[in-house]
Amino acid sequence: MATLLKNRHLTGWLLASPLALVLAVFLVLPIVMIVIVSFWGATEFSIYPAFQFDNYEFLFGSPVTYKVFFNTIKYAVITWVFTLTIGFTVAYFLAFHVRSLTWQIALFLLCTIPFWTSNIIRMISWIPFLGRNGIANSTLISWGVIDEPLEWLLFSDFSVILAFVHLYTLFMVVPIFNTMMRIDKSLIEAAYDSGATGFQTLTNVIIPLCKPGIMIGTIFVVTLVMGDFITVRFMSGSQSANVGRLISNDIALLQYPSAAATAVVLLATVLLLIGILLRFVDIRKEL
Amino acid sequence: MTETKSAGLSRRSLLKGAAAGAAASAFPAPMIWAQNIKDVTLRQFGTGVSNLNEVAQKVKEDLGFTLEMTALDSDAVTQRAATQPKSFDIADIEYWICKKVWPTGNLQAMDTSKIKNYDKIVGIFKSGKLTPESEIAQGTAPHTVGFTDGPDGKTFADSETGWMTLIPTIYNADTLGIRPDLIGRPIAHWHELLNPEFKGKASILDISSIGIMDAAMVCESMGEIQYGDKGNMTREEIDKTMAIFTEAKKAGQFRAFWKTFDESVNLMASGEVVIQSMWSPAITAVKSRGIPCVYQPLEEGYRSWGGGIGLSKNLSGLELDAAYEYINWYLDGWVGGFLMRQGYYSAVPETSKNYMSADEWGYWFEGKPAEGDITNPFGDKLAGAGETRDGGSFYDRMGAVACWNAVMDENQYMVRKWNEFIAA
Repeated sequence: MATLLKNRHLTGWLLASPLALVLAVFLVLPIVMIVIVSFWGATEFSIYPAFQFDNYEFLFGSPVTYKVFFNTIKYAVITWVFTLTIGFTVAYFLAFHVRSLTWQIALFLLCTIPFWTSNIIRMISWIPFLGRNGIANSTLISWGVIDEPLEWLLFSDFSVILAFVHLYTLFMVVPIFNTMMRIDKSLIEAAYDSGATGFQTLTNVIIPLCKPGIMIGTIFVVTLVMGDFITVRFMSGSQSANVGRLISNDIALLQYPSAAATAVVLLATVLLLIGILLRFVDIRKEL
Repeated sequence: MTETKSAGLSRRSLLKGAAAGAAASAFPAPMIWAQNIKDVTLRQFGTGVSNLNEVAQKVKEDLGFTLEMTALDSDAVTQRAATQPKSFDIADIEYWICKKVWPTGNLQAMDTSKIKNYDKIVGIFKSGKLTPESEIAQGTAPHTVGFTDGPDGKTFADSETGWMTLIPTIYNADTLGIRPDLIGRPIAHWHELLNPEFKGKASILDISSIGIMDAAMVCESMGEIQYGDKGNMTREEIDKTMAIFTEAKKAGQFRAFWKTFDESVNLMASGEVVIQSMWSPAITAVKSRGIPCVYQPLEEGYRSWGGGIGLSKNLSGLELDAAYEYINWYLDGWVGGFLMRQGYYSAVPETSKNYMSADEWGYWFEGKPAEGDITNPFGDKLAGAGETRDGGSFYDRMGAVACWNAVMDENQYMVRKWNEFIAA
C-alpha cells in the first residue's frame, strides 16, 4: 500500500481526479449531450431521437447562417480591436504611470465599480442616452453640431459594438495589467540605458512581454462576444442577428435539435479561433 | 365534485393517520375544504398581460389559497407549457399556442358542467360566432381549439362537447398603435405601417406567429397579396409577404423590433417609433404617462387573440378542486372588471359589469363617451369626460375581427423565413 502511494503516477492521477470528475460531469457531459441532440429530429412540439443530418444540412444550406456567422465574427473582431486598444492603454497607465501601489490598487478598483451593477442594466442605460431624443442627440443639437437627431446612434451596429466595448473592456484590462505588473522594471531601465526611445521600448520590450496577458484578454473578449445574444438583441433593436440569437430563437420555438446543431458549429468555430490564437503564445509556459 | 372531494379526504387520512381520518370523515366535505385549502399553492404562469400580482392577492383574500404567478414572454410560455409539465399547475396561455401545447398531453380537459358561468361565456369561444349572424374570422379561431372529445381527448373537436381545453378568460382585437401628435394626420389602413413617410419610425413585433399576421394584414391592405387564409398561408404567400417586409427593412423602414410589452411601451413613449403593432394595455401604459397614443381602428379590421386557463395533467384531488374554484372565481367578474379597465375583454362580460361603475361599463364595453375620468386598475387617468374608446363598443370591435392569431400548417417554414427576415 505504502509503495503504491509512493508511485507518483498514481498520486498524480488521484490529485487530478476531483477536478477531472467535476469537469466531466459539468462540462464534458453536457457538451456530449448537445452533440447527440444535434442529430435528433423535431416536430412542432416534441423532439425525437434519431440519427440524421437534417439540422446540419439546413444550417449549412441556408444563406442566413453564413450571413449571421459573418456578422458574429465582425462584431468579435471590431470589439476586439477597441477593447485591446483601450484595455492596453488603461493597463499601461496603471502599471507604468501610476507610481504608488496604493494608487494603483485604488484606480484599479475604480475600473471595477461599473461591474457592481448587472450586465443588462449597464447595457440598457445606453438606450435613453443614445435615443432619438436622448441625451447625446439633444446635447449635440444644443451645441449646434447637428440639426437633425442622429438616427444611427441607437439600434444600429454602432450601438451594439459600443455596448460590447463598454461591457468587456475590463476583461482585457485585468490580464494585461497582471502581466505588466510582472515585468521586471530593470528591463525597461536597460532599454532606456541602451538608448531606446519610449516607442521602441513599448514595441520591443513591453508588448512582447505582455503577449500572454493580451492573449488571455483576447480569449475572454472573443468568446464572450461570440456567445452573447442579449446585447445584440437589445442594442440593435432586434434588427441584427448573431449566432447566439439564432440559437435563442430556435430554443424559443422549441427547435432544440436545430439549436444544438448551431451551438456545435459555434463551439467548433470558437475552438478553432482559440487554437489559432494559442499558436502565437505558449500560455502554459508564461503562466 | 363529491368524488374528487373524497379523494382529497382519503389522502389526508393517509397522511395524518387513522385518527385524523376518522375525525375528518365525521365532518361534511366543505369543512375539510375550509381547513385544507389554506395549504394549497397553485403555480400559474403566463404572459405579463394577465399574470398580475393583484389577481394573486385577491385570490388569497377571496378563496384563501396561494397563487404563485410567473410572467413570461409568449415564446417562453409555449416552451414551458410544452416541455416542463411538472413546473406548473395552471397555464395561462393563448389559443394559438394551444395548438402546439395540447398534443403534448401536458394539460387536462375541463368538465364544463363544473363551470358555473359556462352558459354566459361569449359565443366566439363556443361556436365561433359573436352574434348568430356574424362570420367566423380567418386564422386559429378559439372555438376550433377550445374543445376536445373527452377527459382524455388528444385532438380538437369542432363543436361543443362538454370538455374544454382552455377556459377562455381574456381576449382583444389588436390593431396598430400610433402617436397622433407626431403623425398629425388620420391613419385608416394597415398599409400605413410601410408608408415611407414613417421611414425609420415604424416597428413590428418579433414574435413570428403574431408578426406574420400583422405583416399579412399590411400586405393585403397594400393590395399586393390576396390570401386564401391569412391564418394558414401557403409557402408562396409566406415568401411574398416576407419579401415585401425584407425589402422595407433593407430600405430602413423599421426603427427596432420589439418582443416584450415593456419594449413596445418604451419605443412609443420615447418617440423612437410613431407607428407600430401594439397591444392594448401597452397603449394605456403610454397614455398613463401623459403621452398621446391611439389604438387606431383600421378599415381592414382587427387581428385578434384570445387567452385561456389550462390545467396541468398533474393536478388532482384537492388541488384540482381548488383550480376549479379558481376558474369559477375568475369568471365571476372581479378579474373581468380588472382586465376590462386595461382595455381587454372578459370571457363573461356580463359578470364584470357588477364590478365596474356604470360610467366605466359605458366607456369600455358600450363605447359611450365617458362621463367622468376613466382610470386604469392602478388609478392612473386614461381618459376624461366626453372621450370615447378607440374603435367603439364591444360589438363594433369584436365584430370587425379579420383574423385570429394562428399556427399554420407551414409553421416551420414560416419561422425559418421570419428568421431570415430578422437576419437580413
